[in-house]
Amino acid sequence: MMEILDILLSASFWAAVIRIASPLIFATMGELICERAGVLNLGIEGIMVAGAFAGWMTVYSGGGLWTGVIVAMMAGMLFGLVHATLTVPFGLSQHVVGLGVTLLATSATYFAYRLALPRVNTPPRIEAFQPLPIPYLSDIPIIGHALFSQTPLTYLAFVLVAVVSVVLYRTPLGLALRAAGENPSAVAAQGLSVTGIRMGAVIVGSGLMAVGGAFLTMSAFNSFFFEMVNGRGWICIALVVFGAWMPGKALLGAVLFGVFDALQIRLQQTTLGADVPYQVFLMMPFLLSILALVVMSRRASVPAALMVPFNKGER
Amino acid sequence: MADQLGAQEVVLRLDGITKRFGALTANDAVSFSLHRGEVVALLGENGAGKTTLMNILFGHYTADEGTVELFGQPLPPGNPRAALAAGVGMVHQHFTLADNLSVLENILLGTRPLWSFGFDRASARARIVQLARDFGLSVVPEHRVGNLSVGERQRVEILKALYRDARILILDEPTAVLTPQETDALFVTLRKMVAKGLSVVFISHKLHEVMAISSRVVVLRHGKLAGEVATGQTDRHKLAELMVGSEVKSPELRASTPGPALLTLSQISTPDHGNAPGLKAANLALHAGQITGLAGVSGNGQAALADLIAGLERPVSGDMALHGEAPAHWSPRAAMDAGIARIPEDRHKTGTIADFTLTENAILESYSQAPFSRRGWMNWRAARDFAEQVITRYDVRCPGPDTRIRLLSGGNMQKLILGRAMEPGPKVILANQPVRGLDIGAISFVHGQLLAARDRGAAILLMSEDLDEVMALSDVIQVIYEGRLSPPFSRGSMTAAQLGQWMAGGGFDGDAHAA
Repeated sequence: MMEILDILLSASFWAAVIRIASPLIFATMGELICERAGVLNLGIEGIMVAGAFAGWMTVYSGGGLWTGVIVAMMAGMLFGLVHATLTVPFGLSQHVVGLGVTLLATSATYFAYRLALPRVNTPPRIEAFQPLPIPYLSDIPIIGHALFSQTPLTYLAFVLVAVVSVVLYRTPLGLALRAAGENPSAVAAQGLSVTGIRMGAVIVGSGLMAVGGAFLTMSAFNSFFFEMVNGRGWICIALVVFGAWMPGKALLGAVLFGVFDALQIRLQQTTLGADVPYQVFLMMPFLLSILALVVMSRRASVPAALMVPFNKGER
Repeated sequence: MADQLGAQEVVLRLDGITKRFGALTANDAVSFSLHRGEVVALLGENGAGKTTLMNILFGHYTADEGTVELFGQPLPPGNPRAALAAGVGMVHQHFTLADNLSVLENILLGTRPLWSFGFDRASARARIVQLARDFGLSVVPEHRVGNLSVGERQRVEILKALYRDARILILDEPTAVLTPQETDALFVTLRKMVAKGLSVVFISHKLHEVMAISSRVVVLRHGKLAGEVATGQTDRHKLAELMVGSEVKSPELRASTPGPALLTLSQISTPDHGNAPGLKAANLALHAGQITGLAGVSGNGQAALADLIAGLERPVSGDMALHGEAPAHWSPRAAMDAGIARIPEDRHKTGTIADFTLTENAILESYSQAPFSRRGWMNWRAARDFAEQVITRYDVRCPGPDTRIRLLSGGNMQKLILGRAMEPGPKVILANQPVRGLDIGAISFVHGQLLAARDRGAAILLMSEDLDEVMALSDVIQVIYEGRLSPPFSRGSMTAAQLGQWMAGGGFDGDAHAA
């Protein structure tokens, strides 16, 4: 027990929590925007893979770090466009299209990787984003190290949550977006385009998911390898539900998952880790996430028109 | 037409509007005009094309032929934004509100360009409160729409239109969902609007409301303009004739000759479900050749009784006999096999499957029997023939048996359900709210069919929240109150006031079975 307490009180633990949460925050915000507009985007996992590769490849080929982030975002938006076109104007099943986009984006990425680096066994590393301690704030004990000695992308993730909240709750665009996910005919009755709003949400949301993927290659592992996204996209789908479709609560969920994940790595190195197979620890964040989901989401109200295609003029 | 109004400004003119959905012509060269400061009622049966016409005006549909003029300017077709900008507000039959947003947010939706920043909530709120006060529409801007009553939601819809400076308000069947008191309040609001120079199109099939609120009536029948009259120069009877196309006959009532009891319940009790009470030691006997009417305030166990007879619920105590014998196993299938036909309370939820065709809906209950299926194979030709037979005999107006049933109006949907129930010649008929939401023509058709079934020797249980309907059709009336059934009262032995006392629970105290 004392060992767990030691872990929880260490600054490096909390820094790891925030680092683990950062890509999840980007992708969760992306998914949240899509779902608030009424589209479930199961392409998230594949779009993260594509974003991870696009950002890393850009930097590896000599581009700047921020150029990499932008290229990753554009790649995500491209797959978002595919998803949105099939699900919104054509009204196809969002489950099937989403899984299709995940498979397509993942395979296309691996294919592109092999085309670009046909004979490489160990993926090359890039000069990634470096921690950027914020003067004074980073000197605060524990919190300072955890929150204010991160890379710029992490800061951007937290800024993003604020931006998404403001847009959703304080602008006409956000109002129309929330209405499109709740009762699209309310939007159409005002002469606004449900199709336009939903497609825009999916495209922008997919771009954010790709930035979440790019965080992995450009701010965490500094390299690209297969299976690196490793289910994080699916976690984000759950985090949106956990957050009851609200940006602030979803951020909380991402941090909570970060706590579980950072804790399990450290627990493996304790005396407990010697007795218990390490797979049990790997499983822990997912088990705890399911448990948290059950507890938190029972009273959550789903956007009423989530996964309901909107056909103008249908009786 | 309406020459005395000729001096006044014409705000809306529809000219030769024609709209076809596949083989169905919903509007056939319809023309009419609306003047400043008047209420025009658009009257017609369900499926006469009223809603379609207004959806064309509002730009939800594009007309195949004809033009719309607003304030002297032609309106570009198929563009709701243009109609809104020109000052048309529409309150749809199914409200277009987002439940997770507040009243304020719902009203603000679409009032600002999407790419502008923020709202001036305080001034918007003040304006809404002012409008609400001016027109007698009490709402609280901060309340979540999901928590509002139907009447409040309608007020939000009207405010939405007023907030956008609507000069013309279109109300599609606004009273269908309101209580009588709410309807009166709505009329007060409409009169205030007209006094301020707004114009209203009031779509309805309820004659007394049309008489009460409108200054002119435009009648549609089968998509065509059937007539246009000043309200002061007509009466309900003449309007009904215009609407239906022939004089409406009240059902002819001959005394019945009751036969043996086909279904009897003695001392039956069923479990309560939440707020819905189950039956409490209920006694009921449905005799051949007799209509038993069930009167009662809704939520007093009608659902429990309907579910029991339909086979959806099993009694916890008491005895049930069908044709004199206790059924071995009680289920919906057993009820159907015993010749019980059901007209369910909610035709959308339990009566039909919206995206199935008329053919598929017609055989929903009997698909597993010959001739519709044999040795596990469907015989679609027989099913289609059956559907066509129902469509012809029960006057279901539709493009054909392969149409998805969601495209039909409520009345035509109900006629298909009626036909499906009646065609096999059922012994017992459970008619639960058979005419709810139907227009006069459809109501008299359904009532006529029920009476014909009675004369053929069927035992009918008629459940309705409309006491007038129960009293007009029933040979015997029983009142249901908190799951208990009154003894049967024969036709004419009780006045509406006396039945009303039973409906409020009087007479049940003490020995409920001494009548």
